[in-house]
Amino acid sequence: MAFEKIKKFISRKKQIPGDLWTQCPGCSKTLFKREVEDRKKVCPDCQYHFTLTPLERIDQLLDPGSWTELWADLESVDALKFEGDVSYLKKLASAMKETGQKDACLVGTGKIEGHELVFGQTDSRFMMGSMGSVVGEKVARGFELATEKKLPLVFVSGSGGGARMFEGCLSLMQMAKTSAAIARHAEAGGLFISILTNPTMGGVMASFAALGDVILAEPRALIGFAGPRVIEQTIKQSLPKGFQTSEFLLAHGFIDRVVDRSCLRVELAKLLDYLVPCSA
Amino acid sequence: MGDTSVDRDFEKPILEIEKRIEELEAFSQKAGVDLSSEIEKLRARANEQKREIFARLNAWQRVLLARDPNRPDSTDYLTLVFEDFLELHGDRAVGDDGAMLTGLCRVGGFRVMLVAQRKGKSTKERVACNFGSPHPEGYRKAMEKMRLAEKFRIPVVTLVNTPGAYPGIGAEERGQAFIIAKNLLEMSRLRTPILSVVIGEGGSGGALGICVADRLMILQNAYLSVISPEGCAAILWRDASKAPQAAELLRLTPNELKELGVVDDILPEPLGGAHRNPKEMGDTLKAALVRALDEAVALPLDQLLEKRYEKYRRIGYFLESEQRRLVASGAPPGGP
Repeated sequence: MAFEKIKKFISRKKQIPGDLWTQCPGCSKTLFKREVEDRKKVCPDCQYHFTLTPLERIDQLLDPGSWTELWADLESVDALKFEGDVSYLKKLASAMKETGQKDACLVGTGKIEGHELVFGQTDSRFMMGSMGSVVGEKVARGFELATEKKLPLVFVSGSGGGARMFEGCLSLMQMAKTSAAIARHAEAGGLFISILTNPTMGGVMASFAALGDVILAEPRALIGFAGPRVIEQTIKQSLPKGFQTSEFLLAHGFIDRVVDRSCLRVELAKLLDYLVPCSA
Repeated sequence: MGDTSVDRDFEKPILEIEKRIEELEAFSQKAGVDLSSEIEKLRARANEQKREIFARLNAWQRVLLARDPNRPDSTDYLTLVFEDFLELHGDRAVGDDGAMLTGLCRVGGFRVMLVAQRKGKSTKERVACNFGSPHPEGYRKAMEKMRLAEKFRIPVVTLVNTPGAYPGIGAEERGQAFIIAKNLLEMSRLRTPILSVVIGEGGSGGALGICVADRLMILQNAYLSVISPEGCAAILWRDASKAPQAAELLRLTPNELKELGVVDDILPEPLGGAHRNPKEMGDTLKAALVRALDEAVALPLDQLLEKRYEKYRRIGYFLESEQRRLVASGAPPGGP
């Protein structure tokens, strides 16, 4: 096929033209961009799940036109006056420019197969999806809204950064704040479905991401408390293959299902059908 | 996270005078010479030095003090502050974690459930306590005992002293993140008062896993941080030896934490640090706990829980709306 020939030709070249072709971080194969996009950004060869932008995620999961973002104006503050080699404010500014968002978290309302719900996600491209005051506040508000309106909440986590270092203990305390809001939602009988994507670590994993009534994960996502490098340095040995992956967590009983992106919306709809108390 | 026991240059002037006092005392006894006025003068000078040096400790110096192996640990406070301790071990699932000490005891007429991180004193003890870094079973044990306390309306007192929850293979296999998250959720709604005191190191999620509380107190030379100064330095500069600079950036000292609205009270330490007078430290801690217990048990439970929720709900700094209104849990920062 001509398609395959072009692929072969392109992979021989060192430079990959960015607009048509992309390289899979999973298997290093050169892929036709449109083909990847048609497959919900999953590699057709190795099933590697590419990082989605928040809007791509919304497109994939929510009913068309149902999404309304809330509290989009919340903006981070450099309360600590954190001046490393690059200041926190500069880091924020460049992340904002890169993503067009004010922080690493989007929360709003939407529908999945007609089920009304509160939907949220962290954006792992914005300062590694780390949780500072803004992320904590939005997550807490999301759960409070869901409690008030008696709605289920679906949250897609992706955070290599965990608690955001640049906000010190203010970040640490967001773990307690979000968990407390989830406790109230749970007590009121609310359903929380937590979806873990690559990577979900540290303070995000050790708070709201771990507290779903049902916890799903995309295949081969890195999920855990301590980062692999920290563990290796502590125990002074290399880690077993597949350590801290979705499949590892499934085997150890901490998550409910590993779900390929192509099935995620269908599975969510099914769970909502089963678990949302019907008013009829 | 390593052991930085005696590498504390800033205390040298004090140590030198203290050594001199010891020498003079020994000499005066041996030779039968009265040197008491000399010794008194030196004592006064030592105290002056302590006052001066400890009044302007920087963040890293406080971290070093917080980690001092001679600093009173939970086991010291068992006798200095509490009475009649009855240890209860079981996590009802996996095993007994030496880094987490739990049991019933009394303080100033109150029955309390003590949940305390423990580092240990001797090398043997420190190994048995995993140097104060709990595994998931430690956090599960803490929650089991807090539930027991809730059932009988016994207030919970937690003492925080950990470099962090253990980062190891077993800890991940047994769900370190999941167990800490569960503790945060359950403590936020536990139907009995919870008081927490950071007595030494407050290492990130591993500390928070037992200190979601109605009142969070911290000793003057203790710290609470989202990441270890070494870890922060490694991320910022790929150089863990720049931990002193990172410690400044993280705002991890008691005064800064209070300004940010993270801790409620700072408990003063004896002159020259808790390790120089554990008895006095114990008395201060006991008085603070009894006062806070008096207050906490006087509140109707629903009100107490509402207050606890609001306390955490308010923590954070951010800007909202077109007017860029600052929402802040503590004193506003210099301004965005």
